[in-house]
Amino acid sequence: MAELLLELFSEEIPARMQNRARADLARLLGDKLKAAGLEFGEIKTFATPRRLTAMIDGLPKRSPDVSEERKGPRVDAPEQAIAGFLKSAGLASVDQAEVREDKKGSYYVALIEKPGRPTADVVAEIVPDIVRNFPWPKSMRWGSGKLRWVRPLQSILCLLDGKVVDFDIDGLKSGKETRGHRFMAPKAFAVKSFKDYTEKLREAFVILDGEERAALISKQAHKLAAKQDLALIEDEALLAENAGLTEWPVVLMGEFDADFLSVPPEVLATAMKAHQKCFSLKKGDKLANRFILVANLKAEDGGKKITEGNERVIRARLADAKFFYDQDRKLSLEDRVVHLKEITFHEKLGSQYERVQRIFRLARALAPLVGADPDDAERAAILAKADLVTDMVGEFPELQGVMGRYYALDQKERLPVADAIAAHYKPQGPTDAVPRDPVAIAVALADKLDTLVGFWAIDEKPTGSKDPYALRRAALGVIRIILENEVRLPLLRQIRAQLPGDARQKDQVAQSLLDFFADRLKVYLRDQGARHDLVDAVFALGGDDLLMIVARVEALGRFLDSDDGANLLAGTKRAENILRIEEKKDGRKYDQAPDPALLELPEEKALAKAVDEVEQAAASAVANEDFEAAMSAMALLRAPVDAFFDSVTVNADDPKLRENRLRLLNRIRATTQTVADFSKISG
Amino acid sequence: MAKLEKSEGRKPAPSFQDLILRLERFWADHGCVILQPYDMEMGAGTFHPATTLRSLGPKHWRAAYVQPSRRPKDGRYGENPNRLQHYYQFQVILKPSPPDIQDLYLESLYAIGIDPKNHDIRFVEDDWESPTLGAWGLGWEVWCDGMEVSQFTYFQQVGGFDCDPVSGELTYGLERLAMYVQGVDNVYDLNFNGGVGDDKVTYGDVFLQSEQEYSRFNFEHADTAKLLEDFRAAEAECKSLLAKGDKGARHLMVLPAYDQAIKASHIFNLLDARGVISVTERQAYILRVRDLTKACCAAWLKTEAGGAHG
Repeated sequence: MAELLLELFSEEIPARMQNRARADLARLLGDKLKAAGLEFGEIKTFATPRRLTAMIDGLPKRSPDVSEERKGPRVDAPEQAIAGFLKSAGLASVDQAEVREDKKGSYYVALIEKPGRPTADVVAEIVPDIVRNFPWPKSMRWGSGKLRWVRPLQSILCLLDGKVVDFDIDGLKSGKETRGHRFMAPKAFAVKSFKDYTEKLREAFVILDGEERAALISKQAHKLAAKQDLALIEDEALLAENAGLTEWPVVLMGEFDADFLSVPPEVLATAMKAHQKCFSLKKGDKLANRFILVANLKAEDGGKKITEGNERVIRARLADAKFFYDQDRKLSLEDRVVHLKEITFHEKLGSQYERVQRIFRLARALAPLVGADPDDAERAAILAKADLVTDMVGEFPELQGVMGRYYALDQKERLPVADAIAAHYKPQGPTDAVPRDPVAIAVALADKLDTLVGFWAIDEKPTGSKDPYALRRAALGVIRIILENEVRLPLLRQIRAQLPGDARQKDQVAQSLLDFFADRLKVYLRDQGARHDLVDAVFALGGDDLLMIVARVEALGRFLDSDDGANLLAGTKRAENILRIEEKKDGRKYDQAPDPALLELPEEKALAKAVDEVEQAAASAVANEDFEAAMSAMALLRAPVDAFFDSVTVNADDPKLRENRLRLLNRIRATTQTVADFSKISG
Repeated sequence: MAKLEKSEGRKPAPSFQDLILRLERFWADHGCVILQPYDMEMGAGTFHPATTLRSLGPKHWRAAYVQPSRRPKDGRYGENPNRLQHYYQFQVILKPSPPDIQDLYLESLYAIGIDPKNHDIRFVEDDWESPTLGAWGLGWEVWCDGMEVSQFTYFQQVGGFDCDPVSGELTYGLERLAMYVQGVDNVYDLNFNGGVGDDKVTYGDVFLQSEQEYSRFNFEHADTAKLLEDFRAAEAECKSLLAKGDKGARHLMVLPAYDQAIKASHIFNLLDARGVISVTERQAYILRVRDLTKACCAAWLKTEAGGAHG
């Protein structure tokens, strides 16, 4: 069994692309080896800023021999057909083909033996192919060549069982050499195996495994922080990015002037992270005037110059941030609102200013539904976007909302107003917390509903993987805010009220958006591990209050899990099937009430009575939003339905009886529709 | 190299002008023609025809030059220690990009006193795009101890045309680099000439007044009506020269036409600083400049330097 080692050594690969490149390399190598008939043990891939590496073990020396039989034309077929067959099978004459017999006569068979190939030959073929067609998100050419790679590809190391697999990609020849750290060990060296490769790299100041680099950074950072009695503010994304920017991470600590601590901590942390990729530190629950930086080098002077340099840059960055913070507070948020006219939200949906005009009215209208003070909601919505035209948010867009809150507090806005400015963007993703304060809820809902309704009105909906305006996220945000805060919102009416156009257009667009919410709700419930397959069955009844719909879905789910529920579902489906068939056959509906006089058998009578009672009980329970009671009522239907199907022949000879029984079946369907459309439930 | 290494501690850091001289010497030794700044106002060294136009066509080309860069909007009346409406870029263009271009670049840093054994030099992803030039490339911003000291770009397209061969472009922010090697926090405190005591001339001595005056001009007093007219005039002249110089397979007046495109671009920047261009108009202006540069690039490919035959 042989080991394959492949290293694609290049100029610096963007940190954000490294992990996907690893996955792509593993997938492409695996697929192509398998396609060539080669089985293998494990594929491991690694990335550093300058190399993309794969190791595959358990490879055979050769691919297995394959023999294939190909059936050809009959022996008396036209010459042309036989010649074509010989050519496609790679045979020189008919003598090389076998003749076989079947009932219809004799025909040719070609026996094609495909001998296995040395694995090295396969590798020499697939690696250039992978390199030429690698799915980098962005790739480039360099020099006078035509080859594309993420950045110039400098060398390729390719060893099978310690021996170089020879190939050449646009003049780049495969070999057994690589290089170490750019500055600490730049000389080329040869390797013999994966083990040898990783060990020699380590001696040459390269840690191959990105996860090991990340763990090392984290460990060193915590250690340095602890020494100063400080705590590291963890940041997984920043850690991964630093691991992707270094081959030999060395963690250092720098300091900045404590005067900067008068600037909000989010600003300081963002300034250090966004531009310098530095970690912030805490002393107790306050930001400390220290930071952690990750260098890619063990400096000869122990990192003194590197730390000084970074401190100087951080100082300039923080001075900028402080300057912005001081400048921004010279103009009130209110006075900034008019400048939102300069920010186009969307060509067809106008500027942010126009959005704010819609959002504040909407927030005011929604306020009573969520228990918010309408004046606070309106005020917060008016100011919510004003920080977009501050210098700080211009510099650090990720601080939108956060800065608005600080500036609002600075100008003595009420606390719920200020908090709502920060919280109205929430939730930003499936794991982000939803706003909890009523004012924030009103503004957050208004913001998201305005976005969704706006894009629906101009027919810019997400399609497939394309969702450039993050509308799925906005809809999920609305769903989570409603459910987690138990907000009662008649969504369809709300959407309709926001829409322009005539009644028909409004209905159409509103229904389309509500369907989108239903889809998102299913995804949300599935992610929650809840019943999502029942959403359609409940939505089909025309409700638009998400909180109630989910309550119904849950109650329905529990009911269907019970014996009564499962049997009633089966009975109802049976009734529906019979009805569908008979109604189609007769070309008519059986939706009139059954005639009590025509009820003959006791089971018929019992069922007729039961459906009426159950329907009434369930309807009144639903009206009281007591879905458990509605389901309990439904459970009473099971026994009469079962008994009916056991003893009554629906398709009776007497057409009158038959019609009456079909009407009775229709009553089962109608009654169950009080709680859900059972036809939309699978199973 | 060994000599420099030893001297790093003793010798004073290079002056601002010394930095330029060293970079020029270094790149001259590596086969570049050392050009002088282009005699027009432009936002970046990339606009210089030695980069924009020369990066197109098959001919090999190596050049280095200082280019004053004018960014009217970045003026701060001389009050911000880092921001200037006029600053210097040192621009290197290597076509085709040589395989050891990164090493060459690092050696150039060494030449100006940055020893990679004690500094953290990093190549951090930064894709470059110039909407007005219809150009883009991939590369990095180069960090030294967390500070961006250069832009490093492999040109893929200029004027909408594929670059073949690909040029490597290096742009050094000279003021930043000088501040770094001199250990100065305020650009105006930079030692410009390397003198000491009374002989010392600072960056502020040379440029502070100019920053103040141009900030007034850029933000308050530039005549916008005249600028709008100038923009139209430059645009018209550019198109007219392109038409007059077009002799079918050959073009005879690309460079004068391109000058007008440069002019239009700078006028647009001034108008932008004066705040008279709305967001929607902004895009339209950028597209108008891009149309000019694209047409100039197309014409360039019909000249001898652009690689046209016959």
